Amino acid sequence: MRRLAAIAAPVALIVLLLAAWEIACRALAVPAYFLPTPSAIGQALIADWPTLLASAWATLRMALMALVVASLIAQGVALAVALSPTAERAVRPLAVVLQVTPVVAIAPLVLIWAGIDHPTRAIVALAAIVAFFPIFSGALTGLKSADPDLERLFDLYGASRGQRLVRLRLPSAVPFLLEGHKVAAGLAVIGAVVAEFVAGSGGAQGLAWRILEAGNRLQTAKMFAALVVLGLMGALLHALLEAGEKAGLRWWRGR
Amino acid sequence: MSVAALRQVEVDYAGRGKALGPFSLDIGAGEIVALVGPSGCGKSTALRLLAGLEAPTRGEVARTPGRGETAVVFQAPTLAPWLSARANVALPLELAGVGRREAAARAEAALARVGLGAAADARPAQLSGGMAMRVSLARALVTEPKLLLLDEPFAALDEITRRALADDVLALWAQAKPAIVFVTHNVEEAAYMADRVAVMTRGPGRIAGEAKVAGPLPRPTGFRTAAAFRDTVEAVSGLLGQGMAA
Repeated sequence: MRRLAAIAAPVALIVLLLAAWEIACRALAVPAYFLPTPSAIGQALIADWPTLLASAWATLRMALMALVVASLIAQGVALAVALSPTAERAVRPLAVVLQVTPVVAIAPLVLIWAGIDHPTRAIVALAAIVAFFPIFSGALTGLKSADPDLERLFDLYGASRGQRLVRLRLPSAVPFLLEGHKVAAGLAVIGAVVAEFVAGSGGAQGLAWRILEAGNRLQTAKMFAALVVLGLMGALLHALLEAGEKAGLRWWRGR
Repeated sequence: MSVAALRQVEVDYAGRGKALGPFSLDIGAGEIVALVGPSGCGKSTALRLLAGLEAPTRGEVARTPGRGETAVVFQAPTLAPWLSARANVALPLELAGVGRREAAARAEAALARVGLGAAADARPAQLSGGMAMRVSLARALVTEPKLLLLDEPFAALDEITRRALADDVLALWAQAKPAIVFVTHNVEEAAYMADRVAVMTRGPGRIAGEAKVAGPLPRPTGFRTAAAFRDTVEAVSGLLGQGMAA
């Protein structure tokens, strides 16, 4: 019953808001290019469904590629940094600078380096930059978060550096890595969409491009349709990652 | 024969001043010594010195057990959540280079000794507090240590589980008779489990006095009502009072 209420409440609110929107647009005769009715957006969604789905997949694919790239680099760097305090002192400020620099500001540079003909590469690179920090930070925190008493136990039994890393620090980092990847995946999608906007080219054919294209033609209903797909994709990805994190933690602690 | 000894040791921590000492304690082979004292007196520090996990600022630590012959049970069970009970117990053996299969077999035997033979595949999260502490005990015993150090191992458990575990520890001790040093706040627990109780002053801790406990180990049923037990509890309580005033 509580579960039903948890689903029914937001659905009821959305239906109510959409109805109010529809009625207001019709009653006030709002021009469709300014604010289309939800029914018009629904029609655009149905009409453009194949194109929107293909674009959603293009954006998602770029975001996932970025996530893989960011994951490999961030975990590799975190491992190197965790093993050497000097490396940490060297890398941390750079990682922070990378995190606080807006991706929009770096995008033109990355686009030049990737080559104008390869917008996908640039978008993946930019999304990877955005996704890097949460994984790096999570991995580094995780590698240092082993139970101090377990560390003492490893001291007591004369564990080697390798044993300590493989048998204590890496497994201790798992919950932090799961959390880091969950955050990074969401950021990778945002990074990919922002990068698509900055690239401003149809080469990548992602959802952001559909929004730009529809905006340039004042097809506002189509813009909204693309936004709806983007929102749904984000929500679905979030739900999947949340489930993945829960399953990962269940596997890690056995329940 | 002495298994381990702290001779006039002192420990200073940067920024916190002196944590312990001057402090001396001699542990004989097969002896069970309880270390009792107020919070912050340096009991756990003394235990870490005996384990070789810390070095004193001044004084001398003498230990005869070699690497792997000293085991520690901490206040929390300190089990790796990602490992089964068996793998947790096998860990010290595997770190010492014992093969995986042999380590697993010895771990299962150690788990059976603490009454958890059927829980070898369980993860720590699936165990109760008392069961997790038994796994921790099995992990300490699996290497057949000559010196077993217990740092308030029952502090987080309820009274019934504490008493059951105290008897279990004594029964396990009777099998191989390692020297045991255990830290506790609980005067009755100290008098029940040890054949010598060393009472510490408040921090930086020194020895306020020692009390011998008469009677056989493991304890016979009804020992808690015996005169020897009550006398020791009173003597230790008196020493604790002197230690607090010191």
